[in-house]
Amino acid sequence: MLSKSKIFFKGTVAVLPHMLSVIPFGIITGAIGVELGFDPILVYATSLIIFGGASQIIFMQLLSGGASSLVAITSVGVINSRHLLYGAVLSEYLEKLSFIKKLFISYFIVDQGFAESNKYIKQNKNLSNPHYYVLGTGVTLWFCWQLSTIIGIILGSFIPEELGLKFAIPLTFLAIIVNDLRKLDHVFVMLVSGFASLILFNAPFKSYIILSPLVALIAAFIMLRFKK
Amino acid sequence: MTWFSIIISGIVTYFSRMAMVALIDREMLGTKVKEVLNYVPSAVFPAIIFPGVFFNDFGLFVEITDPKIYGAIVALVVGFYSRSVIATIVSGLLSYWFIIFFLLR
Repeated sequence: MLSKSKIFFKGTVAVLPHMLSVIPFGIITGAIGVELGFDPILVYATSLIIFGGASQIIFMQLLSGGASSLVAITSVGVINSRHLLYGAVLSEYLEKLSFIKKLFISYFIVDQGFAESNKYIKQNKNLSNPHYYVLGTGVTLWFCWQLSTIIGIILGSFIPEELGLKFAIPLTFLAIIVNDLRKLDHVFVMLVSGFASLILFNAPFKSYIILSPLVALIAAFIMLRFKK
Repeated sequence: MTWFSIIISGIVTYFSRMAMVALIDREMLGTKVKEVLNYVPSAVFPAIIFPGVFFNDFGLFVEITDPKIYGAIVALVVGFYSRSVIATIVSGLLSYWFIIFFLLR
């Protein structure tokens, strides 16, 4: 049986490859905030309090562009609502925890951490303390995100734009789902989501980020009905 | 006002993380819903991948010759056969850089 710290460490290791996108993205987020004219403390506060990459950038861009607080807050809420789906999946593994522990661990639910935890825990059903894996991924991503936004705030965007490191973001998510391309039902759901996102891309408040998954999940639901 | 917006945004975001974990009893979810939840990663991540590959910074469709498309194809093939996260990301980035720094110069 694996000790708690070993499980935590496994989670840490699992998300390390994603640092290739997380760290440059964090640096860019910090740098953009300062460039937009926000107080460095405010920029960092978005990493600590909101803690959600794309939503922080859009939040600061909207406010600096003169949008109302309501619009900025709504956008953040819409973009980050996908965490509801992650929570629904992870709740299976976190069920036995006390309420306080659930409140604590929830803060660390992040895209890549969710994906890697879900993959690992599904493959290791008898894992005694799966929440340590979730924590290992989440705390590692949290720490690197905080550090990289601070670096971006202090040093500015020193990563040359020609490198096109923004492209690492779709790649890191591709790496997460590429293995499920072996399953036709998953390929179907992915294509529905992907094409929906292209069609819905200009929907208000960046809502394609939650609308496309919902369309794809409805498609999955219908698909499951036909399978039976 | 900005502080206020950050704090409210933080509360909203935290709520989205916490609600399903701490407030919802799993018994409330039917078997059908649980089955559909198996598809969450496949339903969420393409909505980040597709626009990241097929749109440029101005929200317009890229040309069919865009280096991002070829980088993504390489990453897809390498990832599919290697089953390795790091190989997927690195192969995609390297092939992308190869195209923009050597082929397009």
